[in-house]
Amino acid sequence: MREFSYVIKDPVGLHARPAGLLVKKAGEFTSRITVESGGKSAEAKKLIMLMGLGIKQGAEVICRIEGEDEEAAQEALAKFFEENL
Amino acid sequence: MERYIGKSVMKGIAIGRIFLYKKRDYQVTDQKVSDPAAEKECLLAAVERAKEQLTRLYEDAMRNVGEDHAAIFDIHRMLLEDEDYLDAAAGEIESGFNAVYAVDRAGTQFAELFAAMDDEYMRGRAADIRDISQRVIRILLDLPEEDICSDEPVVLLAEDLTPSETVKLDKSKILGFVTVKGSANSHTAILARSMNLPALVGVDIPLADELHGKSCVVDGFEGVFLVEPEDGELSRMVVRKNQWVADLEALEKLKGQDNVTKSGKRIDIFANIGNVEDADAACAADAGGIGLFRSEFLYLGRDTFPSEEEQYESYKAVLEKMEGKKVVIRTMDIGADKKVDYFGLEPEENPALGYRAIRICLDREEIFITQLRALYRAAAHGKLAIMFPMIISVEEVERIKQIVDMVRKDLVSEGKPVGDAELGIMIETPAAAVISDKLAKEVDFFSIGTNDLTQYTLAVDRQNQKLEGICDTHHEALLRLIEMTVKNAHEAGIWVGICGELGADTALTEWFLKIGVDELSVAASAVLKVRGAVRALP
Repeated sequence: MREFSYVIKDPVGLHARPAGLLVKKAGEFTSRITVESGGKSAEAKKLIMLMGLGIKQGAEVICRIEGEDEEAAQEALAKFFEENL
Repeated sequence: MERYIGKSVMKGIAIGRIFLYKKRDYQVTDQKVSDPAAEKECLLAAVERAKEQLTRLYEDAMRNVGEDHAAIFDIHRMLLEDEDYLDAAAGEIESGFNAVYAVDRAGTQFAELFAAMDDEYMRGRAADIRDISQRVIRILLDLPEEDICSDEPVVLLAEDLTPSETVKLDKSKILGFVTVKGSANSHTAILARSMNLPALVGVDIPLADELHGKSCVVDGFEGVFLVEPEDGELSRMVVRKNQWVADLEALEKLKGQDNVTKSGKRIDIFANIGNVEDADAACAADAGGIGLFRSEFLYLGRDTFPSEEEQYESYKAVLEKMEGKKVVIRTMDIGADKKVDYFGLEPEENPALGYRAIRICLDREEIFITQLRALYRAAAHGKLAIMFPMIISVEEVERIKQIVDMVRKDLVSEGKPVGDAELGIMIETPAAAVISDKLAKEVDFFSIGTNDLTQYTLAVDRQNQKLEGICDTHHEALLRLIEMTVKNAHEAGIWVGICGELGADTALTEWFLKIGVDELSVAASAVLKVRGAVRALP
């Protein structure tokens, strides 16, 4: 299993659009990917629950990746957060 | 000819045919089905069709209104792919229910999840979940997709419009909007302002089918909606419409110009706004800044106090939209005609003279402190000025400054980023105008609120229509108070603006410049008109 943490910089937080993009990105991998913030966690491939975390600017998120392509997924997702959130 | 009255949310005149937009209501009933597997097939097929519709809507919207507005359909399509949502619906079917009921249940369940969140943006997402569920249900019930299409441009008449309805409108096919429900902040109103089309809300008209296709006039200046206007009325409206279009074109040419008279005297012209979206209108109108941001919108139409975080986000959003231009935010002016249940205010004999605005803030400091914390945190993101309403004494200002100091120190010690802000007061009571020499030594600026200053100076209730005749906004007493306030401000070396209706009264523009007013803050729609008046002066 791999994990990384990231602090959200986007002023509106993990709102619908980046959440949608994250779901798409996560869908490119077979690994199980979860996003945890403020003691709650959601699967990165499930848009409603992901938005339901209500992640705001300044919040720390921990992204956990487990599966065959976890190495590639970690790299791609870390880049995604950096560029979009 | 039939004549209806409504609240105008965007000025202008539209003449054309009515397009009656009616939601075809359906009923959801729970029925037991014998073959859940077949029912599930129906559900999945309907979801697929809904996704196809959304893909098409996304592409249409990209062409018509651009990526910003189109993205919602892409999100809707992805919501329909959400496993949890589909599992919830499938689960209902497995327990023996019909697909329509199952989707309705799943939609309600997830909409409630968003509706319960503490973030305003996320609460708004409940409407998206309902939207996608309705789309699938319509397909299951074999109802036509809700759509507005017409070959010629039309006046859209509807009960009310939701965001996903407004966004898919083909802009070139709409002349104006008339809705039965809705408010100045409804989606219809926001869309109408962004499209610069006349719009009326709250028009009490029964939506009978035969209205569809009838000729009509929307008069966004007078708040009047005419159905099948008589010839005489129609030709008068055509004249007014042509005048309006000519005026608009003339104003458009003033964008990017300075607010300066022929002899080189200049004045700032800022905009008054009432919510975050209004800042877009202020930018579009080329306002030099925001001279009055009424913060009441954060408190109205809800059941609990707005949190510091929520306020911070709103203030910050406006400061960022204005890109370094000055933004004057007025602390909350609740009370008088703006009542909010959760404040627990008691009914008053004389609300205009009662427990309102800064009087509440200095009595219930926790409300005030929350707002000040949000303001000072937002100040780090732009050029903020804070203004306090309903001031009558130097003591009030001293107390405010003590609280402000405490709030700033607390924020700094908590390690939160804090910005600087000018501190100013509204001059809207005769008391404040009369002692403006003393008050000027305490603050960085004055803003003269002429609406209340008129009603308090003349002892005329501005909401009593019978008194309209004697409510003289050019009364000598009022003008003397204004002149005195400006003089006292300048003697103390501070700037002074006008933020009431009078600021946009072009009969007084020359006089404002003569007495040395530094800034006029007017409705976004009046910025260019006032600029034109300034530039026409010798």
